[in-house]
Amino acid sequence: MQKSLHIDPAKCTGCLQCEMACSFEHTGAINPSKSRIKVFDFEHEGRKVPYTCTQCADAWCMNSCPVEAIVIDAATGAKVVKEATCVGCKVCTIACPFGTVNYMTDVGKVQKCDLCGGDPKCASACPTGAITYVDADWTGLDRMRTWAAKANTAAVAA
Amino acid sequence: MGWNRKVLRVNLTAGTCTPEPLNMAWANDYLGSRGLASKYLVEEIDPKVDPLSPDNKMIMSTGPLTGTMASTGGRYTVVTKGALTNAIACSNSGGFFGAEMKFAGWDMIIFEGKSPKPVYLFIENDKAELRDAAHLWGKTCWETEETIKRLHQDPLTRICSIGGAGENLALFACIVNDLHRAAGRSGVGAVMGSKNLKAVAIRGTKGVSGIKDFPAFLAATTAAKKVLADNAVTGQGLPKYGTQVLMNVINEMGALPTRNHRDVQFEEAGKISAEAMHEKRPTDGKTHLVTNAACFGCTIACGRISKIDETHFSVKNSPKYWGASGGLEYEAAWALGAANGVGDLEALQYANLLCNEHGMDPISFGTTVGAAMELYELGILTKEQIGIEAPFGSAEALCKLVEMTAHGEGFGKELGQGSARLCAKYGRPELSMSVKSQEFPAYDARGIQGIGLAYATSNRGACHLRGYTVASEVLGIPVKTDPLTTEGKPELVKAFQDATGVFDAAGICVFTSFAWTLADVQPQIQAACEGDWSMDKLHLVGERIWNMERQFNLAAGLSAKDDDLPPRLKTEAAKTGPAKGLVNGVDQMKPEYYKLRGWTPDGVPEAATLQRLGL
Repeated sequence: MQKSLHIDPAKCTGCLQCEMACSFEHTGAINPSKSRIKVFDFEHEGRKVPYTCTQCADAWCMNSCPVEAIVIDAATGAKVVKEATCVGCKVCTIACPFGTVNYMTDVGKVQKCDLCGGDPKCASACPTGAITYVDADWTGLDRMRTWAAKANTAAVAA
Repeated sequence: MGWNRKVLRVNLTAGTCTPEPLNMAWANDYLGSRGLASKYLVEEIDPKVDPLSPDNKMIMSTGPLTGTMASTGGRYTVVTKGALTNAIACSNSGGFFGAEMKFAGWDMIIFEGKSPKPVYLFIENDKAELRDAAHLWGKTCWETEETIKRLHQDPLTRICSIGGAGENLALFACIVNDLHRAAGRSGVGAVMGSKNLKAVAIRGTKGVSGIKDFPAFLAATTAAKKVLADNAVTGQGLPKYGTQVLMNVINEMGALPTRNHRDVQFEEAGKISAEAMHEKRPTDGKTHLVTNAACFGCTIACGRISKIDETHFSVKNSPKYWGASGGLEYEAAWALGAANGVGDLEALQYANLLCNEHGMDPISFGTTVGAAMELYELGILTKEQIGIEAPFGSAEALCKLVEMTAHGEGFGKELGQGSARLCAKYGRPELSMSVKSQEFPAYDARGIQGIGLAYATSNRGACHLRGYTVASEVLGIPVKTDPLTTEGKPELVKAFQDATGVFDAAGICVFTSFAWTLADVQPQIQAACEGDWSMDKLHLVGERIWNMERQFNLAAGLSAKDDDLPPRLKTEAAKTGPAKGLVNGVDQMKPEYYKLRGWTPDGVPEAATLQRLGL
């Protein structure tokens, strides 16, 4: 079963534990500026929104890469950057409609979410359940449950 | 090694920014943040210095856990000689600024001298430079943050700044970061203003990589986060209701200071409580509270983000206040509300917004308004002198006075000097509800006896965050003690004061101590920092910090007589509630406290005490 990151912004408090966990996993330092997930604070609305790659099925970044440095991780479905192959041309950063692939000047390569090989650290670090890692075929399950609960049908014994 | 081992020294007179290594011997004795910055301060300035003179220094410091995944590890501290108190000042703040300082590679910034013209400090990792702030001077804290981010074309920059209050040297001016977090107390913003320093803007992309033992650190921080999540206060009460959860509780205990401490219960407490913030307003059908919010790394998320009622008289013509913004927290709601007898939640939020926008400590501002209202009711201050009618309970007066104080206009200038100077000026010094000229926070010492001793002996003037015995006396953390008795309180106060020093020095939030004891913090410090950080050592560090601050204050000219409460709390008994008939017993508690501290009856640390603490 493939899984997918599932983000519920209503639960986000903006603590940035996800950014710390992501950067630590990938760089060995606690460094939100290197995080592949970013929390946006719309302060005048009181909304905080974590945002990262959705792992598009037909991924713009992957299709645009001239050197095939972005490949699919068969186990997780993640579109993963092969650093050794990436030439830092930045075409993928232009192709991605969502801005979730970014060029890192210090390494001369692009970086994006790779689902941490199937154990995304942002999700396990989130203290409020705003970021979870769920069945990729059932990302709507929680929302369905919420609506189902509103059906308000009385139980009747058979 | 949780530290970056790097200090930035900024000489504002000469306009220079110079890196220097962190004194690791001191770090080993004082840990970081409050402790370490205080050590630098006491070594570097004359305790008798005028706080607003160029000879005073101001230090912004992180702790070893700042900028890490330790829950609440985002705090920074401003240490200086306080403009309001003439004592050592130490104000800490959450938000995101502290972590950014750490990510840029610095532990601490020492400001000395005075700039000949307004400047702001810009830091981008190793690069640090002073830039002209002529275009920022006169701007609010909110405008300053927005302008700098736009100017640098970098929305990820984190900024702390002063507003008009700090520029005008209002003695309770604070330093605001991330729009609505603040190093709030003791007038640190006035010191910053006196140095012509408008703001500090930081962008850090280096991160924290020097944790001593990362696997052990992850294990320790994860375990400690679970303790917070499983605790009723930090896991449920604070996220849902914020610190405002206390309003009704403290009122029922008869410990909610009301109308300049004339009363201990406020008949309209319910209207300004956490519960009221959750209720739908009749005007627009919306709740005051929009959401809760976390500071950097915080898994509690007690912060309140609210929307003011757009139809309220204070803002109906000012759309700029209609968006979501910070507040109300318990201390602000109390100081702006109960302390003045004002039960209009929206008016309190308006005053709170202006405090954030212009950089004022709402506790000292609100309590000073309370003192002015009492002087008005006594006929000592007149409508002509104030400019408006200012009886207790007037939301209109509160809203007008906050504007006047923020802008330094008319009577607002006098309010900006704080209640001690205001009441002294009008011949009634006893009506200032303060210790060491700093106004009380939101707990009445007649209904909670131990907190009276904590206020009296606090090194930075009246303060709940230097020894929060309320945890024990009200909430039963770590053990329940009777709030109405003085018995056992000297030990309690000392234990809280010493432990709090360690929480503050580590770079974490003292609110974790609703759930954590030092034993929960110790493994996190030990995994992050080189050296021995055993429980015994941490106890010693906490006590050392307290005594070092004490020594500074004594050298500054304070003495045992300054460890006292206003006569009202010692002679005018509580009129209602469980504490009815009681005054505070600070005079009974103090001698025992001094003895426990290893101080003389005059409150001076004995030679043996200093030696034991390595001072």
